[in-house]
Amino acid sequence: MPPSPYSAPDNLGEALGLAAAPGARVLAGGTDLLIQTRAGRLAPTAMVDLKRIDRAMGIRPAGQGFVIGAATPCTALRDDAALVAAWPGVVEAASLIGSVQVRNRASLGGNLCNASPAADSVPALIAAGATAVVAGPGGEREVPVEAIPAGPGRTTLAPGELVIELRLPPRPPGGGDAYLRLTPRTEMDIAVVGVGAALVLDGSGRCTAARIALGAVAPTALLVEAAGAALVGTKLEEGAIAAMLAAIDAAISPIDDQRASAAYRRRIAGVLATRAVARAAARARGEQA
Amino acid sequence: MNPPEQSFRVVGTRPVRPDGADKVTGRALYGTDFALAGMLHGAVLRSPHAHARIRGIDASRALALPGVKAVVTGADFPEAASVAIAGESAANLRDIARNVMARDKALYEGHAVAAVAATSPAIARAALALIAVDYEVLPHATSIAAAIAPDAPLLHDDLFTPGLKPRPETPSNLALHVAIDTGDAAAALAGAAAVAGGHYTTQPVHQGYIEPHACVAQWNADGQAQIWASSQGAFMIRSLVAGALGLKQADIRVTPLEIGGGFGGKTTVYLEPVALQLARQAGRPVRLEMSRSEVFRATGPAPGAVIDIRLGADKDGMLVGAEMTFHYTAGAFPGAAAHPAALLALAGYKVPNRKITGWEVVCNLPSSAAYRAPGAPQVAFAVESCLDELALQLGIDPIELRLKNAVGPGDTGPMGLPHGQIGLIECLEAARAHPHYSAPLAPGETRGVAAGGWANYGGPSTAAVALAEDGSVLVTTGSPDIGGSRAAMAMMAAETLGVPYETVRVTIADTASIGFSFLTGGSRTTFATGHAVIAAANQVIATARARAAQIWGVAADTVAWRDGAAHGTAGDSAGKVLTLAEIAGKAANAGGPISAEVGVNPAGWLPGFGVHICDCALDAETGQVKVTRYTAIQDVGRAIHPAYVEGQLQGGAAQGIGWALNEAYVYGADGRMENPGFLDYRVPVASDLPMIDTVLVDKPNPDHPYGVKGVGETPIVPPLAAVANAVSRAAGRRQRHLPMSPEQVLLGGDA
Repeated sequence: MPPSPYSAPDNLGEALGLAAAPGARVLAGGTDLLIQTRAGRLAPTAMVDLKRIDRAMGIRPAGQGFVIGAATPCTALRDDAALVAAWPGVVEAASLIGSVQVRNRASLGGNLCNASPAADSVPALIAAGATAVVAGPGGEREVPVEAIPAGPGRTTLAPGELVIELRLPPRPPGGGDAYLRLTPRTEMDIAVVGVGAALVLDGSGRCTAARIALGAVAPTALLVEAAGAALVGTKLEEGAIAAMLAAIDAAISPIDDQRASAAYRRRIAGVLATRAVARAAARARGEQA
Repeated sequence: MNPPEQSFRVVGTRPVRPDGADKVTGRALYGTDFALAGMLHGAVLRSPHAHARIRGIDASRALALPGVKAVVTGADFPEAASVAIAGESAANLRDIARNVMARDKALYEGHAVAAVAATSPAIARAALALIAVDYEVLPHATSIAAAIAPDAPLLHDDLFTPGLKPRPETPSNLALHVAIDTGDAAAALAGAAAVAGGHYTTQPVHQGYIEPHACVAQWNADGQAQIWASSQGAFMIRSLVAGALGLKQADIRVTPLEIGGGFGGKTTVYLEPVALQLARQAGRPVRLEMSRSEVFRATGPAPGAVIDIRLGADKDGMLVGAEMTFHYTAGAFPGAAAHPAALLALAGYKVPNRKITGWEVVCNLPSSAAYRAPGAPQVAFAVESCLDELALQLGIDPIELRLKNAVGPGDTGPMGLPHGQIGLIECLEAARAHPHYSAPLAPGETRGVAAGGWANYGGPSTAAVALAEDGSVLVTTGSPDIGGSRAAMAMMAAETLGVPYETVRVTIADTASIGFSFLTGGSRTTFATGHAVIAAANQVIATARARAAQIWGVAADTVAWRDGAAHGTAGDSAGKVLTLAEIAGKAANAGGPISAEVGVNPAGWLPGFGVHICDCALDAETGQVKVTRYTAIQDVGRAIHPAYVEGQLQGGAAQGIGWALNEAYVYGADGRMENPGFLDYRVPVASDLPMIDTVLVDKPNPDHPYGVKGVGETPIVPPLAAVANAVSRAAGRRQRHLPMSPEQVLLGGDA
């Protein structure tokens, strides 16, 4: 690994200046960036560490919603009782990344900007309707999380831009979310398929809103709006679930690789989506934490 | 015949291991921890092609890079003699030499083609990129089917299948043929009441040791060399480096460093001859170490296998006949343990009619290496799966079926000689009686059971025992400590001498400081090196008794030895006592220091057998298997240090479960390995496994002073089928293909 000039500025302005250099990479937890650099797959000319910037660290209430610093370690999410109560699916997704030691470093911002189609936290954030605050030379903008990944290892961020915060809306009344993934191992593994689901049930159990997002079945984490739409207005009966599965099957484009075949991924996408919706619904009904 | 009941002070207790504190505090020196002043850093250029002719190598640009001190290629190595090397899987010195550095052809992706020594690792790596290799890419074969196809690319044009008579007229990729044909298997199967069988496949799997291969080599101005390396045998390194480079063995001094796992995979050399050749050219010490990717791409996996089997029983469950044909992937060079596989396939059972045909197949994979019980797990997977099918077909309990057919002492063994005091029957009985076997299963859970064994080994070992002036004891061996053998050696010495364990210190010496010992492998060390330690301790006792007799003016044979002291019995000496410490204190001026070095090659090792019980929960919608309970039962002879014996059983079971469920080399159509790292080569992590319960069955070996049998390898033999039998029962479909990944279990065909 050739030495990369490392800097850890304590303010965003300085970080943006450093990150604007050609070939510079932003460092959050480093659990992808450092590994890929050591393996020779990346050769950053500079690494700009966000962890000394206040805004990039910690979980803050924002009305009934949450602002999560982009470099906040995943471990901190599980320690935040209010966040766990509001968005258990997001927290369970972040709690599946790597191992305990990895999660003491790994962050939502890093997981998003590494742009792996199999990133665990991204489908959960998309399902939850999270947004990313993008800072750049031209100022700041807030975009839906699903607008950030562009393809494996690629984002829509312009040169010099970085994600400084993730924002989660308030949990709607009657809302619940969940994330499930399949990996051959229990830990230290990459999702073969991941499914995030967030939905809202009214007092009668009728679904009034639903978002379904999948990982590892397309070049990016994928929001399948038709899958959510298939559930809205239903009580999640068999027919509604079948319609959701059909929408998922039409939207995804899994590939064969060393981790699984496309056929298996297609099958598991349906299994996990069904289970994730059931789990999110149980949370919406208050039956499950 | 069992030896008389023995009572022990030290054997069978669980003291803290002598190397423990250094290892848990990070002080122990492993392969990559060792450094010398002025040391250069080496790097190895590896073939990106699975099969290619090397037309030429131009290293001039690399040599011109500032900081580069040496470059070596195949041309810098002598052509090694064709000499068979004894080991856990047969090999040839010429092949080993060609494996550490390709000569005319690269035979697998990752095959070393050149190496560099430079003043920093970064310069060494940069230099690799400047070496121009002119490859003629050849068609490749990474599977058995591709390698034995009629139009298969030939790896070695001088390979005429050994074991075939008459000798074949044309070379092929069939690297060995073994056959066992007893009775009339076809007729027996035709008349059997029940026949189980099928086509079984397993993939190459890596030993998965945490510590990558690493060494430092130094070439002295006088032509003598030193090597510091982590391995399963410093003498093995000495012998192979001397053979590969044409040096005298006494001119190479190999110092063993701590070993971070081997499991058979460190019973050969990869880096040492290359590092020494670099050091020789550079005139400075050179370190070579592998990355994890290099470990996967260039060091030995256990062979993958294709097995066709039929096993028949009469209506009472007595086995009547077996037919089995198997092919094992040897990788780039011959040697895939087909011989032990053929001998051990049915070694646990009395099968009067058997026809076993085995083939080793060379193909464009890394040259396979020993891995715990080499050759045995693959065939046991097929045999023990068939036994489970027969049990289901005949409505017989699977342990009962095995008990009906199990071999015991006096039954004919695989080499045609009667078995000694083996303990398969006792293990099966212990399994049947174990609470696990009768525990109710949760809904959705199933239970599998399987047995397995390994021949074990003895082999040459040397040990020295010396007394310090204060009577503390120094034990020196040449057997690297992989599984706690320092503790076992100290305990056997303490037991023999009659002194406390804490007064004994054990050193693993370099090759210039102790006589020859065969490597740590074959489950031989506690048995054979233990024999040497006990013999040396007994010589020390004999000397101490003679010194006491001299002091007391009596005949030595009147002096008794017990509880770590000489006891006079004759004349005035009656009732007198001289402790070991007192004798040691007087020794220097009364006959000289007391020590003994003993070399042995003990016979009388015995095979080890085990029985494993596995409970699984299958997610029928995803194919995912969770092992929910696991018990490993094994005849261990007598455990010197039971905790480390239990650790061997647990470790072997964990590795076997990984082999069964998720471990596999994945090769692309381009012949390149796609998962050369622990992320996608999935050994089990702690959360994948339940607590692995163990039962140590004691059936002491009468041919070892303390009853020892080898224990390290047997535990990896039963798990493949134990897991598969549980999953088969859950899935309602016989699982014949490893690994049983979720996708394989859900969608995999049963070809």
